[in-house]
Amino acid sequence: MTVPGRTDKGALGVETVGMTMRFGAFTALDDVSIAVRPGTFHALLGENGAGKSTLVKCIMGFYQATSGQLMVAGTEATVPDPRTAHSLGLGMVYQHFTLVPSLTAAENLVISREDPPAVIDWRKEREVLNAFMETMPFKVPLNEPVGRLAAGEKQKLEILKQLHLGRKFLILDEPTSVLTPGEADEVLGLVRRLTEKGEITVLMITHKFREVTAFADEVSVLRRGRYAGGGKVADLTHADMAAMMVGTESAATPSARTGEAGEVVLSLDHIRARDRSGRGAIAIEDLKVRAGEIVGIAGVSGNGQMELMEILTGQRPCEKGTVTVEGAPYHATRAEAREHGVRYLPEEPLRNACAPRMSVAENIGFRTFDLDGKGEPRFWLNTGRMKKAATDLVAAFKVKTSSIEAPIASLSGGNVQRAVLSRELTGEVDLLIVANPCFGLDFSAVAEIRARIVAARNKGAAVLLISEDLDEVMELSDRILVMSEGRIAFETPAATADVAEIGRHMAGHA
Amino acid sequence: MTDLGLWGVPLAVVGGAIRVSTPFLLVSLGECLTERSGRINLGLEGTLVFGAMSGYAVAYLTGSAWAGVGAAAVSGVLFGLLHGALCSLPRVNDIAIGIALMLLGMGLAFFFGKPYIQPVAPDLPAINFGAWSDSPQVQAALRVNVLFILGAVLALVMAWMFKATRIGLVIRVVGDSTDAARALGLHAGRVRLLSTAAGGALAGVGGAYLSLYYPGSWNEGISSGQGLMAVALVIFARWSPINCFFAALLFGGAGALGPALQSVGVTEGYYLFYAAPYVLTLALLIATSSPNRALSGAPGELSITK
Repeated sequence: MTVPGRTDKGALGVETVGMTMRFGAFTALDDVSIAVRPGTFHALLGENGAGKSTLVKCIMGFYQATSGQLMVAGTEATVPDPRTAHSLGLGMVYQHFTLVPSLTAAENLVISREDPPAVIDWRKEREVLNAFMETMPFKVPLNEPVGRLAAGEKQKLEILKQLHLGRKFLILDEPTSVLTPGEADEVLGLVRRLTEKGEITVLMITHKFREVTAFADEVSVLRRGRYAGGGKVADLTHADMAAMMVGTESAATPSARTGEAGEVVLSLDHIRARDRSGRGAIAIEDLKVRAGEIVGIAGVSGNGQMELMEILTGQRPCEKGTVTVEGAPYHATRAEAREHGVRYLPEEPLRNACAPRMSVAENIGFRTFDLDGKGEPRFWLNTGRMKKAATDLVAAFKVKTSSIEAPIASLSGGNVQRAVLSRELTGEVDLLIVANPCFGLDFSAVAEIRARIVAARNKGAAVLLISEDLDEVMELSDRILVMSEGRIAFETPAATADVAEIGRHMAGHA
Repeated sequence: MTDLGLWGVPLAVVGGAIRVSTPFLLVSLGECLTERSGRINLGLEGTLVFGAMSGYAVAYLTGSAWAGVGAAAVSGVLFGLLHGALCSLPRVNDIAIGIALMLLGMGLAFFFGKPYIQPVAPDLPAINFGAWSDSPQVQAALRVNVLFILGAVLALVMAWMFKATRIGLVIRVVGDSTDAARALGLHAGRVRLLSTAAGGALAGVGGAYLSLYYPGSWNEGISSGQGLMAVALVIFARWSPINCFFAALLFGGAGALGPALQSVGVTEGYYLFYAAPYVLTLALLIATSSPNRALSGAPGELSITK
């Protein structure tokens, strides 16, 4: 397979030939050859741990491939470090932000240049940056410290940065995972237009079939470090791609829902709290979740959902109002959570629900390590019992880990999520509070985790689901609330929900 | 001789603020630079004492105070490089290394400094801004050492550097996010090494000020913890060089309160006022802290704020 070098506007073609990457005994990439033609939008599909990130890190010079070649614009290239990749015109937008939080957007753009001036003439730089922003279809405030921007704005700025640097081959690592559907379409539409004009070539890592069919020209699928298939997107159906991605293993399907909603379990009354920026306020007048129902909270990122989650987990103090669980005031203490069977699955579980350097077994044991068999407090730990419980749960929840003694931070995102879920769903669960449970997870993990949430509901737990993925809220909820600017703006039963109406309330236009 | 009465107290505090604050200013600017690059150097106390000793010794041997300042700066660079190099090794904690280097610096200074306790070295020059007045108190208060002026200018230059130069932005990037620095192709370790070395040089010069101007002699009790307090001062100044300048003045003024009261004849309890800088440190840190928000302006890679 040969690839022409570049388009007349400079977009680069990139090809990997037999790329193999081993970490010790583990083969992360096995003889992968993919060709990205210049001026195309190429999607790289695969489950978590399929080797997508390893492949692009080899291209960008973060890793040195064990064997295999990289061709850039038709000639063989060796890329010992990212700087060399940049000088070849290769750029990458990472899943995790690489902007410097305390620097403003303008400072970030200036310092990311190949040769920032030794002394920066800010007046001139501002003019140049403003002129550049004029040519872009989306705007980002230039003088705010990046740490204060919302996730969506940061992602836009990441892409703007690469375009500002004049990169001709752009790798996007799950660029839309932090964006709303509208923002995602806007950003990818812009990127797509740039590829159509032949200005850049794009290689996008993604899990979302919808984005592949809507924006990509071609697709390559990886499975377990190997090339599993690919071709022109127009020739492939979602089912074809899914088959390449997950192979013959079948994913769990959400179980059917049974039972009626019962007593009120969670009740929020006239809650007032500050939001993250300290500029806005959270005001929730009345929110009730009953046993045996899933209440979904939809909303655009940054409208107070995370603050609501923090109030419920006790991470954020309330200025006014009360949280009641099963009729008793609730302050998210360990004793109260234990008494009322309150369990959490917060977003970014590695940060919010784990001690990253402690082992998988210890993390799984956090709910029960200080209790003996009869539920009484204990002083000495029973490590044997903890290990046995962890081994059982790791097997039952299909957590992929090298050992239960491995630090939980060494697991992939989906497996951390499974491990935390195994801990939170064990024992009596009366109230389950979940935030973005499938953020950044692959296809089969998503189906399985959703099925477990529905199963908890069917067993009679009250479930509060906070999610920025509207499809997820629609699929799982019995009742849907929309949060906008720190308030509950809309409520509807899921059965009669109208997506367009929800969308209007999410956007704050109703 | 005119008697200023109680007016002597504020005057002595101002004069003392300028005199006492200079080592605070220089050390805290050095520490500010180092911390902005994402590393804490607690060893600056040792660097300060060693700088005082080497500065005094070289000034005595060569007969030039400025040669002494140069020697103190060089020894500060060496200590900074040692700290930076040790911290570049994997799984090495900068705070532990800092404490070790603090003790090493003081020990070495006492060891090599023994022969220089008796001899008298030349003093650093000062500029007499008080020459217009015929009051000796005013003259004494406004005798400003060149190093203080240098420090004040340096604070401005450093603030400008962090805002509008490539070096300044690179240091801030490295201090805020190692990952981002790596993505920009910056060598975080090297930037931190050089920042620590430069910070060490300033601490060394701060030491030379102690032995060559105020109090102006070398002995083992020359430092009263300025090197350590400068670290707290940088936090209080929220990592801004300009704030470092004012914070140093405040600390210097507080430190001068005890002697000033003594000079106007307050004999009861003035020892309590010697504790003023330390009480002030505690009070300010408590007053400016908050349980709800992270320290604003703190470099993200700093081991104490991470």
